[in-house]
Amino acid sequence: MSRPANQVLGSRLAAGSPPPASSAPQRGRRRVRARRGRYGYVFALPFLACFALLFVLPLGYALYRSLFKTQLVGGTVFAGLANYTQALTDGQFLAGVSRVALFFVMQVPLMLVLALVAALAIDSGLLRLARLTRLGIFIPYAVPGVVAALMWGYLYGPDFGPAAQLAAKLHVTAPDFLGRTLMLPSIANIVTWEFTGYNMIVLYAALRTVPRELYEAAAVDGAGPWRIAWRIKVPALRPALLLTLMFSVIGSFQLFTEPDLLQSVAPTVIGPSYTPNLYAYSLAFTSQEPDYAAAVSFLLGLVTVIISYAVLYGASRRSRR
Amino acid sequence: MQIPEKRFTRRGMLALTGAAAAGLAIDACSSSSSSSGATATASGTVSQSEINKAMKTPTTLTFWTWVPDISKEVAVFERQYPAIKINVVNPGQGTPLYTKLRTALDAGKGTPDLSQIEYQYIPTFSILKGFVDLRPYGAAANAGKFVDWVWRQVTGPNGEIYAYPQDTGPMGMLYREDIFAKHRISVPATWDDFATAAHKLHAADSGTYLTNTADNEVAAWHGLMWQAGSRPYTVHGTTVGLALDDAASKKVANYWGGLVADGVISTDPDFTSNWYQGLDTGKYASWLTGAWGPAFLAGAIKSTAGKWRAAPLPQWNSGQQVAGNWGGSTNAVIKGTQYPIAAAKFAEFLNTNPTTTAMFNTQQSLFPSLKSLLSSASFSSYKSPFFGGQQANKLFAQISATVNVNWQWPPFLDQSITDWTATVGKALGSKSNVAAATTQWESQLASYAKAQGFHVTTS
Repeated sequence: MSRPANQVLGSRLAAGSPPPASSAPQRGRRRVRARRGRYGYVFALPFLACFALLFVLPLGYALYRSLFKTQLVGGTVFAGLANYTQALTDGQFLAGVSRVALFFVMQVPLMLVLALVAALAIDSGLLRLARLTRLGIFIPYAVPGVVAALMWGYLYGPDFGPAAQLAAKLHVTAPDFLGRTLMLPSIANIVTWEFTGYNMIVLYAALRTVPRELYEAAAVDGAGPWRIAWRIKVPALRPALLLTLMFSVIGSFQLFTEPDLLQSVAPTVIGPSYTPNLYAYSLAFTSQEPDYAAAVSFLLGLVTVIISYAVLYGASRRSRR
Repeated sequence: MQIPEKRFTRRGMLALTGAAAAGLAIDACSSSSSSSGATATASGTVSQSEINKAMKTPTTLTFWTWVPDISKEVAVFERQYPAIKINVVNPGQGTPLYTKLRTALDAGKGTPDLSQIEYQYIPTFSILKGFVDLRPYGAAANAGKFVDWVWRQVTGPNGEIYAYPQDTGPMGMLYREDIFAKHRISVPATWDDFATAAHKLHAADSGTYLTNTADNEVAAWHGLMWQAGSRPYTVHGTTVGLALDDAASKKVANYWGGLVADGVISTDPDFTSNWYQGLDTGKYASWLTGAWGPAFLAGAIKSTAGKWRAAPLPQWNSGQQVAGNWGGSTNAVIKGTQYPIAAAKFAEFLNTNPTTTAMFNTQQSLFPSLKSLLSSASFSSYKSPFFGGQQANKLFAQISATVNVNWQWPPFLDQSITDWTATVGKALGSKSNVAAATTQWESQLASYAKAQGFHVTTS
């Protein structure tokens, strides 16, 4: 799962930061606003420059490349949309998409519920060692991927992992965590371990911005902690939950790091097209088909946008009801 | 030492290419300031006076390599030719280096003057026109110095010389003498003996396997096909003959598929922590590996020192001695260099000079490719304490002389590896029909090759 970069922005959005209050007198207002606008651009310039250079430009180039076909023998020719039509009937690509969709359905609800429970528990103030707990849940997010891969490679290990050793002591067969059937749940487990803390922090930050007076008022009205959590805190978390859900959609459909790292311990289970992103990588760097890889990546991006939109649309319709 | 390429630790693709491109751009700026003047035409031979001039002209060569501490050998060259400075860069072993090299060749700038290249990747890069043919720089004169099959590996279909061989990995069998003795297993001379021993050992101890055939290790598999006399790839320019399921290949597949189906041989992926522990605890009683294996084991699993011995691979026909190769690499001069003379002479010096080549063996534990070194007394008389005082060098030098010379690699090795893992490797791991999987391997690779514009003939 790729790590969302703009955490700060995320938690700001989640907390629903208020618009900056204007204290300028009525008369000079337009000029001040104009000048402010100018300063705004100056501040935004570094970001915009990086955005254009490192995001828009490569994206445009990839789109351009996806319209060509390059062969080791014969060179490059314009192919129109041939790469896209090929991808839409490419069994490996479609199987990868349905695999990450299954992953999304299986893993994301579990992770978000765990994150929500953890955030509510820490925010409740009833927990001893709340800071330590918060840190403990968050720490996996800070563990480098390679270290995590080594660690999980050992934990899941078919001969010397703790589960395998325990099973050997009890004379039973240990589940094959790295086998064909359990691989996806195994990856889901790693991702949950990694990202629950991250999502918890987003939710916890949002909880901190809920005015405490609401809780006092509810308590005066006779609401217990459970009722406060369910009637006040969870509704207040709606934007933050939507945000974490969005991150999770993107993360699920772009799943790359974990299967890539586990590939070395289970090379015949995690094939080159296990997830669509892995497939694009393998097409570009193993098969030397960067053009087709670009097309596959664009289609994957499109799928992600559609799913994200569907999730948002579904959520906002439910909230209107 | 050179572990054959393992396919792990890939980074995010954008990060990788982005970083590579940025690094390369800087390299390109810094190394193009002066010019040595003399550059050879493709066909003409460079005269000795031109060579002398080039070797006295102040020059900086960029050399991409993953060989650890290679600066020691480079220093020997720099003492001899003080005008030439070598800028050693380590972009990573195997795939990371190749990815960067491919990106740079594609961009037409940022390529190094020289690069480490494994034998099996030479056709993959020669089809991209990535190498400077070394013939104009007197490379042919060195042909007789190298073991014949090794020299064939660096020679192109029209006699091009693409690189200087550095180290090799003729295959043998490393085995646990203590486990063999405990279960009264004699060292198998033929594959039939080996199969009998595999059944016997596993029957005696269900936690032990005579060996492990890793379901991800296409390089070892290629080595075993090589020994059996398979000719999976025949390359003539853009015409590629594929026979991944020829009789010898099927023989290897049936043999291992049978042992795996019987459950007497394991198929764990190699170079993982589980695999290291398997070697350490005696789960595997032998390892079929290249000549770099002894030094590798001695470094990786010290706890079993003294318990190991080395032997040749079991044979298909008793009385014969034939081997395959797994691993080793070369130094190639990369297209686009401004200093082909100095680069070619540096690669030649590094891999033919008695001092540097001996150092590669003693310092980095590389297994030699030079006949003179392989037959030298100091090399072959070395008694390895890890192998209970056995002269493993001497044994592997004898094995090197028996490696089949007729073996070619395809111009799209990466795809063949991927397809092998998805077919043969998968069949090994799931105990299904391995021989049938070789035919799938062949058809998958054939359709890729056709789509890439090659003229493909299949068996």
